[in-house]
Amino acid sequence: MSAATDDDPRQEKPDSMAAVAEPALPEETIREAQDELIAEFGFFDDWMDRYQYLIDLGRKLPTMPDAYLRDEFKLKGCQSQVWFVGERTGDRLVFRAVSDAAIVSGLIALLLRVYSNRTPREILETEPDFIIEIGLADHLSPTRKNGLGAMLGAIRTRARLAFEESARHP
Amino acid sequence: MSARFDVDTARKDFPILSKPVRGRRLVYLDSAGSAQKPRHVIDSVRDVYENDYANVHRGLHYLSERASARYEEARETVRAFINAPEQHEVVFTGGTTEAINLVAWSYGRSVLGPGDEVLITCAEHHSNIVPWHLVREQTGCVVKAVPVQDDGTFRLEDFARLITERTRVVSCFHVSNVLGTVLPLRDIARLAHAQGAVVVVDGAQGIVHLPVDVQELEVDFYAFSGHKLYGPSGIGVLWGRAELLEAMPPWQGGGGMIDTVTLSATTWADLPDKFEAGTPPIAQAIGLAAAIDYVSDIGIDAIARHEQEVLLYATQRLASVPGLSLVGTAAGKASVVSFVMDCAHPHDVSTIIDQYGVAVRAGHHCAQPLMDRFELSSTARASLALYNTTEDIDILVESLEKVREIFQ
Repeated sequence: MSAATDDDPRQEKPDSMAAVAEPALPEETIREAQDELIAEFGFFDDWMDRYQYLIDLGRKLPTMPDAYLRDEFKLKGCQSQVWFVGERTGDRLVFRAVSDAAIVSGLIALLLRVYSNRTPREILETEPDFIIEIGLADHLSPTRKNGLGAMLGAIRTRARLAFEESARHP
Repeated sequence: MSARFDVDTARKDFPILSKPVRGRRLVYLDSAGSAQKPRHVIDSVRDVYENDYANVHRGLHYLSERASARYEEARETVRAFINAPEQHEVVFTGGTTEAINLVAWSYGRSVLGPGDEVLITCAEHHSNIVPWHLVREQTGCVVKAVPVQDDGTFRLEDFARLITERTRVVSCFHVSNVLGTVLPLRDIARLAHAQGAVVVVDGAQGIVHLPVDVQELEVDFYAFSGHKLYGPSGIGVLWGRAELLEAMPPWQGGGGMIDTVTLSATTWADLPDKFEAGTPPIAQAIGLAAAIDYVSDIGIDAIARHEQEVLLYATQRLASVPGLSLVGTAAGKASVVSFVMDCAHPHDVSTIIDQYGVAVRAGHHCAQPLMDRFELSSTARASLALYNTTEDIDILVESLEKVREIFQ
């Protein structure tokens, strides 16, 4: 781990996590992932069905290892509790996050499908417009404090860090 | 005071209530967060700016005198509303938070020393915890908290046990913003006074739901906000007994609060100006007086009776929602209803029912120690005001059924 990231506790890998299998290369591009989500949500006319689907996506989130369910991995600025961690795997960043609230978990699932397992450049070049296109624009409002803004911020900060790091050590 | 209160007539006084939210009737159940405003308040604020506005206590010109007169009339309206003995005991602040900070910084720092005790309760709003923690850092005092029972009641014997000869200040709510519990202030004040301690009251919720007579309560300070009492935001009140306020040093310096200033020394103005440094919230104070006139015209007793009827209905209807638990069921509680559901996080509950035009608060309600006590991270809270109806409760309960459908 380079010195540039040492001051960020979210980069520290707890001992119990040392042997996590490296995820496979993504099957779809970052653009395809967004288009697919937009298509999936486009299937529902009713807001209730959209929420139901969002909640189902959240329920399928992989569980967070206990080692990460600590205060230092908790995101500030969310009304519900959100634990978030970003790890570098080769040239890609892999994010894990969970929440104790179901809708927030669904929003996490959306973000991870698009932003996790991508290169820092891909992450930084991708605006979260797909959230608006799937009819959840409300949640993007910074005053909603539902964690989406905080999570997007954390994802981008992590990507910027990794990007600057690779620029220094190509 | 009118004996009969007609909620449908009263609702027409609040312009925002007739504006649909997401195409539906607005069911506003977040008045403990901030109440909506009647036209009478909105008009009075506009009237000040259109007819009588200038800085107060500064100019000798016509408009300054008009504004000063209306500002001081507002002080008298507040005095009469809480039956304070003297007008100059009423200090205008920015809100309850600033009022409590004033007491903590001015009174607390003057009288507290190492080992002296400040007694709060475990259900205080952060604005009645953090100021005392800050003063603790400066003075070395000790902050203790009275525990709460499972149903949200507080036992007077716990106050009796925890108020000791080291207690200098007892600072507690009148009505809990989460539990709705009403504290027996006069009994607490008598215990405190017997040990030589003063009683500071966070009346942010109490002033809205109960008749407040500071002399009858026998407390020493009573703080409240305008915006929860149907008045403007940015205005609050600290009432304090004159002999205490007179002995207290100012906590903020500036214009308006001085008698004389030389380059080496300042002498203070008399009460209440000593505590009103800088240009005060002029139109907001006048708007608060309009809100008090509005509430007094209906009658705070009539409002309380109406709220209690809707509270009883809400308690019964919510009890019938499977998997829903009420947090805070003390006898004689005010119309603040916190609850949790076994199928969904409070954040999820409020997001879903918002789609039905129902506004509740979800979160820790700035009372994290209380959440810890009940081992909750947050609750949903429906708080009732004079304009809420049983129909609002029906819509709330229907929307909670939808929550169950979605999350089961």
